[in-house]
Amino acid sequence: MNVLQFPILSLIAYLPLLGVFLILLIPKEAKGGIRWTALAFALASFVASLWIPASFDAATPEMQFVEKFSWIPTLGVTYFFGLDGISIWLVMLTTFLSVIAVICSWESITERLKEYYIFLLILETGMLGVFFALDFFLFYIFWEVMLVPMYFLIGVWGSDRRLYSAIKFFLFTLFGSVIMLLGILAVYFSHGAQTGAYTFDVLQLMNVSYPSTPLFTILGVPFSFQDVVWLSFFLSFAIKVPMFPFHTWLPDAHTDAPTAASVILAGVLLKMGTYGFIRFNLPMFPEATRHFVPMIMILSIISIIYGAMVCMVQPDMKRLIAYSSVSHMGFIMLGMFALNAQGVQGSIIQMVNHGLSTGALFLIVGLIYDRRHTRLISELGGLSKQMPVYATLFAIIMLSSMGLPGLNGFIGEFLILVGAFKVNYVWAAFAVTGIVLGAAYMLWLYQRTMFGALENPKNADLKDLSLREMSTLVPIVIMCFWIGLYPSPFLARMEASVNNILTRVNKAQAAAAGPALSHVKGSVQTQPSAVPIQEPR
Amino acid sequence: MTQVFNMADLSTAAPEVIVSLVAMLILMLDFIAPRGRRDWLGYLSVLGVLLTLMVLIRQWGAPRSAFSGQYLSDPFALFFKIVFLVSAALILLMSIGYLKSEGIDKGEFYGLILFATLGMMLMASAVDLLILYIGLETMSISIYILAGFLKRERRSNEAALKYLLMGGFSSAVILYGIVMLYGLTGALGLKDIASALTADKLTNPALILAMVMLAAGFGFKIAAVPFHMYIPDVYEGAPTPVTALLSAASEIAGLAILLRVFLVAIPGLQDRWALLFYVLSLLTMTVGNVVAIAQSNIKRMLAYSSIAHIGYLLIGVVAGRELGISATLLYSLVYALMTLGAFAMVILLCVGEVKGERIDDFTGLAQRSPMAAAAMLILLLSLAGVPPTAGFVGKLYLFGAAIERGYIWLAVIAVVNSAISLFYYMKVAMAMYMQDVPPAGLALSPSRPLRVALFVAVAGTLAIGVYPGPFLDLARASVAGLW
Repeated sequence: MNVLQFPILSLIAYLPLLGVFLILLIPKEAKGGIRWTALAFALASFVASLWIPASFDAATPEMQFVEKFSWIPTLGVTYFFGLDGISIWLVMLTTFLSVIAVICSWESITERLKEYYIFLLILETGMLGVFFALDFFLFYIFWEVMLVPMYFLIGVWGSDRRLYSAIKFFLFTLFGSVIMLLGILAVYFSHGAQTGAYTFDVLQLMNVSYPSTPLFTILGVPFSFQDVVWLSFFLSFAIKVPMFPFHTWLPDAHTDAPTAASVILAGVLLKMGTYGFIRFNLPMFPEATRHFVPMIMILSIISIIYGAMVCMVQPDMKRLIAYSSVSHMGFIMLGMFALNAQGVQGSIIQMVNHGLSTGALFLIVGLIYDRRHTRLISELGGLSKQMPVYATLFAIIMLSSMGLPGLNGFIGEFLILVGAFKVNYVWAAFAVTGIVLGAAYMLWLYQRTMFGALENPKNADLKDLSLREMSTLVPIVIMCFWIGLYPSPFLARMEASVNNILTRVNKAQAAAAGPALSHVKGSVQTQPSAVPIQEPR
Repeated sequence: MTQVFNMADLSTAAPEVIVSLVAMLILMLDFIAPRGRRDWLGYLSVLGVLLTLMVLIRQWGAPRSAFSGQYLSDPFALFFKIVFLVSAALILLMSIGYLKSEGIDKGEFYGLILFATLGMMLMASAVDLLILYIGLETMSISIYILAGFLKRERRSNEAALKYLLMGGFSSAVILYGIVMLYGLTGALGLKDIASALTADKLTNPALILAMVMLAAGFGFKIAAVPFHMYIPDVYEGAPTPVTALLSAASEIAGLAILLRVFLVAIPGLQDRWALLFYVLSLLTMTVGNVVAIAQSNIKRMLAYSSIAHIGYLLIGVVAGRELGISATLLYSLVYALMTLGAFAMVILLCVGEVKGERIDDFTGLAQRSPMAAAAMLILLLSLAGVPPTAGFVGKLYLFGAAIERGYIWLAVIAVVNSAISLFYYMKVAMAMYMQDVPPAGLALSPSRPLRVALFVAVAGTLAIGVYPGPFLDLARASVAGLW
């Protein structure tokens, strides 16, 4: 697949780690040197990653840019990196947001700079590894390695209750991960028993179907081997997403994290949960996936509505945006488990959208926090007169987060709702109320902070954005318009992979329930190409 | 009976011979060594251990038995001996600086550590219950003395007495088990016992009693719950290198004889003793982890954490087959490395008034000494089983063995325990990285041998974590001929 036979994925993933080793050599007093080194390597990783969409073959659902080496032959562990239409945009999102994270920490982080950038760059390597890894052992390593730098970013450079939030984040996610580890082992041995080949290679593990005959029943619900393993993965990913009722770590972690960590957390880490579902749960355990659709739908709808309702009453801007993530991630889960092309494509594009707009919202809050050292909405008001550029960018991001046509959020929400309507009217109807509530709390937030009279004297001499600060927000805004107005390059590259996964999921359904496949095929291309006409603004 | 043993026997047992010769040499040189210059006895002991290690590695290959079949030098024994010798070398390196800072000018400390190592090596090679018992006592008696080495410290005296009483008691229980086995079968060789236990004898209640006696006695030696009560006090009171010896080496030696006796002598009862160790494993890891949370003294915390790790190690015993036993072996090595590293850190923090024993003493270490903090962080992550460290690989292998045999609940409890353990390990990380430096932060000046020990432990932990292949293969090869 890889024309150059050049390990481009490893290069992208390990460039930040190389930066870490260089930073280790720089004395901690040389703050400028550390900042520029970090930026250089984050940027280098981003530039290298531009190669991926440029040479990506959209026609095939196969893994591309594959690198595979034997690592622990005794256990069947390989070093296996690859990328397909599911992960391509998440990878781009990661390298993109990492650059922004480095820039946005430029002036707000002044203490223990060296350690800070070391952790930030290790985090980037970990996140990229998660999206690249196609071997469960390797995947799990990156999955957990990522937690450590994030734990330190929150715990050392966070605010207020940072110690509590950091350990809460670490414990919640670790608890999920270790349960998933058992699931991985169960799959490993089940595959080994079926084929005689013991391997952690995800693609090979997907080649067999795992027992779906009920083993036992709890309260009248039958559970098969697939269901149990599915649930072990579910726990890990649902904590990460986070879905109601596993979301309680999120508001704490977000609120206390430094801005860059919030951006990464919202932008990339949460996506790992949804990525996990789509990469592992759906294709590997199709019967179980269908079995649990109602549960996921109910939890998603609760997440959407509950998250939005909580947003309404938050006095703290950062907490508000954290809860809005719960609501938006509920949408992504809803679209995915509609299990049709629109829903899944919408959920993937919405992952990217949410990463962009919520990441940007955290930047917005961070900018005001740097100036005023408060996040309380009541302390602000009337800022639009004082900071017109800031207010404009905030407005665009807010509208993108609400899903205004012409901006990126609309594409994702539209596709997700189309997908959901096809399956069940009631679910979609509930989901729509989430959009209405979303518009309400976002507009209200904007109104309270930006409009009205500038009453608080502390806000009277706030400076508008500097060039550096604008350089964090403007690229995101550009991407929001790009995806909103011309999404087909994004959708086209994921289509083959999405269809491939849906064929796997629905084959199980076809086998079980006969002809229910009619709405799956086709119609993928037509919907998105119709979208940009809506409003060119 | 003209010739009790010959040169072939001696060459088979060469590692033990060398260790005992070096130990006696150290004791003799101790008399003539000039006052205050006894640290070179420590270096000499390290050299002796390294020499033994080299001789040992050359022995790798087909099993060789000696002394009328009472002693067996097979890969299983060699693997454990490597663990003991590596541990002994690291502990000796730690002791050199420790004795200096405590103002103890006695070479016999090193000699006793070597004698304890000799005992452990005998235990690993014993295929006869008498040799096994002699090895056990050689090790225990050396450690009784070592535990009380800080003569003027009340806690050290308490540790020695407690360990002596409990150790003596447990040895008696083991001896009782041995006697019953002998009475039932008329044999002391493990293989002979197995062949004498015909199907009709397997249901004999006396045999079950013997099995329980042995399990309880070994349970004391490896500090499994509910036989762990003495451990925290002993760990806290004993000189830190001795604590390291106790937790890393002596418990692993207990595990080695436990494996050998149960697997080779009474395999017919595997269903029963697997159940017994299932319960012990569950209790041990849960109690160890839960109680560790509440500790504020790091030596006590590490004591409970070592109890918890024994619980994980027993999972492999429960699983029992090749996968389980090799997982236990691999994790023994991993556990020894990371525990020794952690104790080396405790010694490293012994500066002036600060004894490095309270978790608070780690406060702000990341700013005082970033390298030391990073080393400790790696060890803590490994203890908690977070990749890419050895602790993760070891646990993965252990849990895999449990899942393979269908012990799902044991695996679930074990991973939940792993998650719990993260909480208290991260308390130390939190102190190191997230709390502000105390105003009077002392500069650390670790001695060079201590630095070497710490480096070896951390490097080993990372190496097994990142490239576990060769170590896994070694562990697998070591159990292949056990049955």
